[in-house]
Order: sequence, then structure tokens, then C-alpha cells
Amino acid sequence: MSNIPLLSVITFLPLVGVALILLLVRSDVKDDSKQAKNIALLTSGFTFFLSLFLWFGFDASTSDFQFVEKTEWLPSIGVNYHMGIDGISMLFVLLSTLLTPICVLSAWEAVTKRAKEYMISFLILETMMIGMFCALDMMLFYIFFEGVLIPMFIIIGVWGGQNRIYAAFKLFLYTLLGSVLMLVAMLAMYWDANSFDIPTLMNHTFPAQMQTWIWLAFFASFAVKVPMWPVHTWLPDAHVQAPTAGSVILAGVLLKMGGYGFLRFSIPMMPLASADFTPLIYTLSIVAVIYTSLVALVQDDMKKLIAYSSIAHMGFVTIGAFTGTIQGIEGSIFTMLSHGIVSAALFLIVGVIYDRIHTREIAAYGGLVDRMPKYAVIFMLFMMASVGLPGTSGFVGEVLVLVGVFQVDQWVAALAATGAILGAAYSLYLYRRIIFGSLTKEKLKSILDMNKREVLVFAPLIILTLYAGVYPQPFLDVMHASVENLVNNYQAALDAAGAQVAVQ
Amino acid sequence: MLYTIAIFLPLVGFLIAGTLALFTPEDEKKRKSNDRLAQIVTCAGLLISAALTIKIFFDVGLNGGAVTVHLFTWIQSGTFDVSWALRFDTLTAVMMIVVTGVSSMVHVYACGYMSHDPQIPRFMAYLSLFTFCMLMLVTADNLLQLFFGWEGVGLASYLLIGFWYHKPSANAAAIKAFLVNRVGDFGFSLGIFATFLLFGTADFDTIFAAVPGQADTMINLFGAEVHAMTIICLLLFVGAMGKSAQLGLHTWLPDAMEGPTPVSALIHAATMVTAGVFMVARLSPMFEYSETALAVVTIVGASTAFFAATIGCVQNDIKRVIAYSTCSQLGYMFFACGVSAYSAGVFHLMTHGFFKALLFLGAGSVIHAMSDEQDMRNMGGIWSKIKLTYILMWIGSWALVGLPPFAGYFSKDIVLEAAYGAHTTVGNFAFWMGIAAAFMTAFYSWRLIIMTFHGKPRANDTVMAHVHESPPIMTVPLLVLAIGAIFAGYLGYENFVGHNATEFWNNAILILENHSALENAHHVPGWVIAAPLVVTIAGIALAYLLYMFAPSIPGKLASTFNGLYKFLLNKWYWDELYDVLFVKPAFYIGRGLWKAGDEELIDGVGPNGFARATKAVAGKASRLQTGYLYHYAFVMLVGAAILVTWYLFTKG
Repeated sequence: MSNIPLLSVITFLPLVGVALILLLVRSDVKDDSKQAKNIALLTSGFTFFLSLFLWFGFDASTSDFQFVEKTEWLPSIGVNYHMGIDGISMLFVLLSTLLTPICVLSAWEAVTKRAKEYMISFLILETMMIGMFCALDMMLFYIFFEGVLIPMFIIIGVWGGQNRIYAAFKLFLYTLLGSVLMLVAMLAMYWDANSFDIPTLMNHTFPAQMQTWIWLAFFASFAVKVPMWPVHTWLPDAHVQAPTAGSVILAGVLLKMGGYGFLRFSIPMMPLASADFTPLIYTLSIVAVIYTSLVALVQDDMKKLIAYSSIAHMGFVTIGAFTGTIQGIEGSIFTMLSHGIVSAALFLIVGVIYDRIHTREIAAYGGLVDRMPKYAVIFMLFMMASVGLPGTSGFVGEVLVLVGVFQVDQWVAALAATGAILGAAYSLYLYRRIIFGSLTKEKLKSILDMNKREVLVFAPLIILTLYAGVYPQPFLDVMHASVENLVNNYQAALDAAGAQVAVQ
Repeated sequence: MLYTIAIFLPLVGFLIAGTLALFTPEDEKKRKSNDRLAQIVTCAGLLISAALTIKIFFDVGLNGGAVTVHLFTWIQSGTFDVSWALRFDTLTAVMMIVVTGVSSMVHVYACGYMSHDPQIPRFMAYLSLFTFCMLMLVTADNLLQLFFGWEGVGLASYLLIGFWYHKPSANAAAIKAFLVNRVGDFGFSLGIFATFLLFGTADFDTIFAAVPGQADTMINLFGAEVHAMTIICLLLFVGAMGKSAQLGLHTWLPDAMEGPTPVSALIHAATMVTAGVFMVARLSPMFEYSETALAVVTIVGASTAFFAATIGCVQNDIKRVIAYSTCSQLGYMFFACGVSAYSAGVFHLMTHGFFKALLFLGAGSVIHAMSDEQDMRNMGGIWSKIKLTYILMWIGSWALVGLPPFAGYFSKDIVLEAAYGAHTTVGNFAFWMGIAAAFMTAFYSWRLIIMTFHGKPRANDTVMAHVHESPPIMTVPLLVLAIGAIFAGYLGYENFVGHNATEFWNNAILILENHSALENAHHVPGWVIAAPLVVTIAGIALAYLLYMFAPSIPGKLASTFNGLYKFLLNKWYWDELYDVLFVKPAFYIGRGLWKAGDEELIDGVGPNGFARATKAVAGKASRLQTGYLYHYAFVMLVGAAILVTWYLFTKG
């Protein structure tokens, strides 16, 4: 097993699926979409299966990168093909490989228009996502990081709703802002450290002044991806316009790129600037938590509501990441993973009734529990997970973040914790309007409960949400060594800088 | 092992009944057997659990064999290390007796009460889920697990209150209950974090052992130097106030009467609302080290006891009267804890659990008999038709007002005596508030009995013709609870607060030497012992006078003191206040932020403004629509170009 380049196989296997679809599925065949879906499901399923070897082969006792592959790529400018994972990135890889087959399955009946191309887009997207989490070379990372957005644009722009052009355009504009600055910053880093190699850069100490500028450039890119307030307005539009599976991947994986970026670049490579800008992060995050929760309360569109709630959850992620505590950072990662599963499930839940009634308008529903008890139960479960009820994965992440930040700043903790109240308010209000009440609307009177395929889509997500809520240890254990190492290096860098100031 | 089974049986019942609820057969006959299966499974689970609890009570409470069963790690991150563990000591055993005792009776009663409901398995599942969460709460070995049970019962009560989801009022009440509790839990969670910050752990034993060493510690929290134990206890107490519906966070409890009656009995009388009292008693080793926190507990409790009783005197919905009564009685329990007479508070909690469940289920029996009528103004003249219920309601009320020899007499008097015995200003305040509340308790209890059962029938003939005694499946649980309401006080007295107390509690509760309220309670002047009895009899007499012998007076009083009457009838206008302060502004601000913040400001200046600018410059909007993807590719190319250029320059 050891000499198989597992990460590369996992990363590029979806592209093999793309090739297979292109070669095997002839568009003149009548049920070409069926074949394409089968191939996509098989490939992504097999990719997930292979990614489990990462889980079982992972050595949780070390903070070193594992499954490392390194070959020269563009030696003249020092760019390598360097892949590897540690305790921070490993679970994101698994999240990506898990959600892709679920997306494919969720589109089984919903997508009939250009289904072949749809499947191809998702497989390409999967490659980009996995590659991004595995990349250990900055240029490689940049390619995957930006590359992720191309299939996403296509998914929104082609299979999206009424206003898809506007949404895609907005996403483009925001991303543009960040990515150029990030690229410039990466070049500046190369100029100072003479390397694009991420592990090397982590051990490199950048001058304090320079850290500030690089940090800001990266921040411009990551803050958009998270998204942080006030650069969040692309997300509700993107979600509303995206097809169900697009929203699932967007909320499930793409929103984690920013948080992951902070943990992989900003904090380890620019510790001084990170410490300096922590108040900024806290402020924006708290505004996000409270502001977007209040906005979520008044939404009339289901997807928009969940999109806004995602922004609030991401506020917890950014707070936790910058606490400089083990609990805060592990909580941050855990919240991302939990949100990846829970929000993905919530968007799938919206998709279930959207497929039946074709509207996202909350007011069009009401009293669904009468006809759809299974749906009501699953919705309840994920709503409670989103609200952070103990016993679900949502709670674990949230409590760790708050434990972490409370040690550093109690006001931030208190203000963030109000999110738990507001979150309950908009979630229960949403649930009440859709599920409870009397079923009086004509359109809903013959609505059917979830079928076996739909339940199957949710089954792994349900199991994970509860398992991670009751026994999160296996997931936390994986993170410990890497996060501890991150925190120690961060503290050491701050101490060193402090000592230097003291000497001067 | 047996101990663990006692806790997890209700969970098993929940899962089975829940599955049955999901797969309800269409066929009438199969559905009936489905319902029956759900009832049997959940009731059996609870009855076995209750039987095991009695064994636990004997082992742990009477024979002093406290144990902790460790299950497995829950969350471990850095030094934050929390496990799932079941702690069995005397306090837990007492709570388990109340929880499983009342819950099993409620389960059985619900089989009768809900027999016409189409969704029996779902209801039974919720009841069992609630019981499981409550058991997790009382067996918690650390603050986080306590929080798990705490929020778990919150979820179950949300589901139960909103059980009749067709009713908009039930849905609203369910959300309200959850949200108000979340406000309390907000304080609770901050308290947990503060505890972790100070002690580095959330485990009770470790914390309790370390508290004396931190008794005078000042801690920098929220930017100010504060007394550590005071701030921690106060934060945790906010959670207790929410769950136990204390002044300010009580508004959800009366509304929660929207749920089916067995729910009211289980959640709102006997178990969930007492969680706050349990928490303060459980954390006595912490509260003991903060005089301020104790004083706050006393004042809040005493004020609630008084305030809720005033409202109880004018309500007309039979369940709401009992709900406000519950609120008021919880106030008694809190001020008992506040004067360090935790065991008296828990004693009252235990007796109250029996007689209040009895009253609620009795009221349910009345409502059942009156074809779902809850307004006492439409009752009256039915005592001879439902004699058994009538007698049981008498027993419940007798116990509630604290007349000898029923349960309330023992527990309420020791609470009041302890308040007096504290010999402090807040203690005296609590004592007099308690006396005033005792007067009102007697008044509204007999007002309820007279309005419900006596006088001329005020219901229409169809309802009156239909009035009937409930079936045995409902009355037998009532009888069991009545036995508790009669004897629990007498039987428990010596162990809970009398001579055997030290051995009985076996260090489950800590009281510092200088807090001698409970000790003094046994040596109070004669008038202190007599006062509650006197006011109670006066209250009952007044009720007879106003509602039996001169029924015209209440109306005249109400119109003479119209302002006060309206104030009380509208529950001191708490709901209106909160609506203006929080609910409306939240929606208003939310809409404002969305429309003005996101759409006008951010989008207006950001992407849309940019779009306008580009349009103006380029003059061609079409390019944007067709080419956005290429733009993106273009940017990447530009990036690559910069890279190459720069590379050439540096190398060159």
C-alpha cells in the first residue's frame, strides 16, 4: 500500500470518471443521463472508499504531513508537485469524498437537463476540492483553490434558477477581489523565503511588517470564501440560484476553504499579524453571528434563510480559529466539519420539497408533517444539529469554540453565544412554518413522503451527525497532534517577538 | 449494570415507539395494535425503570452506597476533558424517585387520556424521550452532561408542548418555551465556561474539591475584577431561572399549558421545572461560597413565590391556575436553597412532585369529563358526578396548601421556618413573601375547587349530560400519586430534614458551618410555626366566602380595583413587555439589516455599484453576461503572466 500515491489517486480518480463519461456515454443514446449518473456514482463512491484508507492509515500521534508525495514540477521557478495531509486537512478530504456521491445521488431524478455535463462538473469539482486540501505547494494550492470555482460557476450558471447570471457574476466579482491579492502575496512570500513549499514556509519567519501585508492579502481572499461579514452577500444569491447539489457542495465544502486557508496559511505563517488582527476577526465574526441571524429571521426564501444561517455558523469558525487555543481551533475545525454535514443535509432537505412543489417560498408550505412524517423527523434532527443541541455534532464544535474564546475574551464569547438563542429562533420559526400547522394548501395535499433513495441519501449524514455528537473523540483525536503543534508554534512565535521587543 | 439500565430503558422505549410512530399502518385494526405496542413498550420501560429506581434509592439513599458509573469520553480537547458518566448519590436517587415515579404514572395515565388521539405512538415516544433526558440530567457527573440533559428536556418539552401541531397557539407556545429556555441556557453555558476557566475541569468532584481553595479568588471576567464564585454561580443560576420559570424567565410556563395535560403534569409540575432547584442543590458546594449568589437566589425565589401567586388568584383556566401555582412553589424551593436549606428545598421538590402531578392529572380528569373544557367559568356543579376525581383534587389541594398531615405541611413549613431561621434580611423577606404566598395559595386552591366542582352547573346540557368519571387506567395512577401526596411528607421528614439528615444525604449536599438556617428552623418561635397554618385557613375561608357564600363580591372587587385586576389578569404584562423589547425589534432590525444593510449598502456599493460602474465605462452590458467565465479565466491568466514576468525580472 505504501508505495501507491494514494492522495494523487484519490484526487484524480474523479477525472478518470470524467474521461469514462466522455468516452463511453454517447450523446445519441437515449438514456445517456442514466449512464453518466451511474459512472459518476461509481467513481465518486470508489473515491470515497479509497479515501477511507487515509482514515485507517493515518497516524494520529504525529503532526507531520502524511501520505506525502513530492516530485519536481516546474523546477525553474521552484514549484513542486507536493501533496500531503495532516490532522487539519485529513477530515476535509473525507468530507469532500463523502459529499460528492451524495450530491450525485441527490441529482438522480432532479436533474434531467444536460445531466452528463452536470456529472462531469461535479467530478471535476471533486478533484479540485481534494487537491486543494492536499496541496503542500503554494502554487499547486492556488491552482486548485481557484480552480474549484470554475465548475461551481458552471453549475450555478447553467443549472441555476431564474437569476443565475446575477448570482454567478456576484460570486465572480467577490472572488476576483481576493484571488489577485492572494497571488501577489504568494509571490512576495516566495521572494522572501525562496520557496513555494508550504511546510518550508510554515517554518520560515517573515518580517513583522511584511506579515501584515501578506496577512491582509490572504484575508481578502479567505474572508470572501468563508464568507465573513461584510463580504458575504454573494452567498445567499449563489445558494438561492444554485441547484440543490450545488448548494450542498457550496455549503458543505467550499465554505470551508476560507477557514482552512486561515489555519494553513495565515496563522502558522503570519503569527504576528494574526495576533494583531485577531480583534478585527472577532469583530467581523460577531457582527456576522448577530447580523446574519437577525437577517435569517425575516427571510421568506428557505434557501436564503439557510444560507444566512451558514454565515452565522462560519462566524464561530473564524472566532475559534483565531483564539490561539487548542479548544478554539479544534472547535473551529469541528464546526466546519459538522456544518459541512448539517448544512449539506439542510440544503438537501430543501431540495426534497423543491423537487415536489418547485418553490422555495416558505409561505407556500405548511403542515407537511401530516403527509411527510419521515421528512419531518429528518428535518427536525438536522435543525436541532444546526441549533447546536447537545448530542449532535453541532454542539461539540460550538462548545469547543466558546470554551476556547472564553479563555481569551469573555465578551466575544458572550456575544457569540447569543447566536445560540437567535439560531434557535430562526430555525424553529422556519420549521414551524413549513412542517407544522394545518395542511390546507391544495398543492400540498397529495405530496409524497421521502422515497427509499432519498432516505438513503440522508442515512450517512444522520449517522455521522449523531455519532459525532455523542462520541466525537475519533475525529478530535485525529486533530490533536497537528493542532497542538500549530498552537505551540503560534505561541512560540508570539513569545519570540515579545522577547525581541523586550530586548530592544 | 442495573443502574445503567434504569437510565437507558426510557431511551429504548423512545426509539421503539418513535419507530412505530414513523411507520403507522393505514389499516385501522393494525394501527390499533401498533398503538397498543407503543404503549406497552414505553410503559413497561418506565415501570421497570421506576422499580429499579426504588432499589437504587435503597442502595444509595438509605444505605449510603453512592457510586459513579463511567461510560466513555465525550469531548476531549487539550485540557478540556469531559466524559459521559452516571453519578448516583442521595440527591440523584431522590430526583430519580420523583422522575421515574411521576413519569411512570403519567405514562399509564396517558394511555387513557390520549386514547382518542390518532398519534399515540408519537406521544408515548416523546414522553419517554423526555424521561430519558431528565434522567441524564439528574445523574450528570459534570456540568456539560447536565447541560446535555438540560437541553434535552428542553427539546422534549418543545415537542410535547407543540404536540397538537395543528393549533397555532401550541406551536407558538412550543417555540416560546424553547427560546426562553435558551436565554437561560445562555447564562448556563457561560457559567460552564467560566468554571472551566477557573478550575480547568467540568467534573463535579474535582470542582467541589477545589472550591474552598478558590473561595476568595478574584477573576478578571468581562473586563472587570469580580469575585469568581459569585459570577460563576450567578451565571449558572440564570440557567436555573429559565428552566424553573423564575421571575423574568417564567413567561413560557403558563403558555406551555397548550400541551396535552399529561405533559403539563410531567414536565411542568413534577420534573423539568424542578431541574433548576436540583441544579442549585447539586452545586451547593459552589453556591455556599458566595453570599451574594445565595442572596440573589433567595430574593428571586421569594419574589417569584409571591408574584406567581398573585396571578394565580385571578386566572380562569384551570391548568393556568395550577401552572402559576407551580411557578410560585418553585419560588419556595429556591429561597429554601438560598438560605442554605437545600435539603428543605429538595424535600419540598419531592413532595410537590407528587401532589402537583396529582393536581394536574386530576385537572386533566376534569377536562376529560367536561369534554375538553378548561375554563372554570364554564364548570361548576359536577362534584357529585365525578366523586373520585373530586376527592383526589381535595387531597392534592390539601397537600399543596400545607395543611396537616399531608405532604405539603411538612415540606412547606420547614422551608418557611428555615427562611425565618436564617436570621438575615433576605431570609426575613423570603419568610414574609412566603407567608403572603401561602395565604394566596390557599385562596386560589379553594377558588379552583369551588369554581370547578360546586355551585350551579354553568356548562351547557350536552356537556353536563356527558360528564363521567375517568376510566381506571387514569384513576389508578391518580391514586398512586395521592398516596404520595398524603404520606411523602411524613415519611420523608426525618431523613430529608430531620435527625437522620446527615447520614441520609451522605455529603451529596454541602452546607457551611456558619449557614445554620436549617438547624435554626427546628428552634423557631411558636408563632412562626403557627403563621402558615393561620393564613392558610384564612385563605380557604376567604375563598369560601367569595365564591360559595357571596359570589357577587368577586365581580364587584374586580370592577372596584379594575386597574389591579387587569394587571393581574394580564400576568403583570410580561409578555407584552417582552414583545415590545425583544420580539418586535428582532424582526424589525432583521428586516432593516437585510434591506438597508445587505441590499442597499453592501451590494449597492459593492458588486452592484461595481456593475453599474463597469456598465458605464464599457457601455456594453452584454459582455458581462456572456463572458463572466472567460473573465475569470482571464484573471488567472493575468496572474500567471505576472508570475512569469516577475520570475523573468528576478532571474534576469
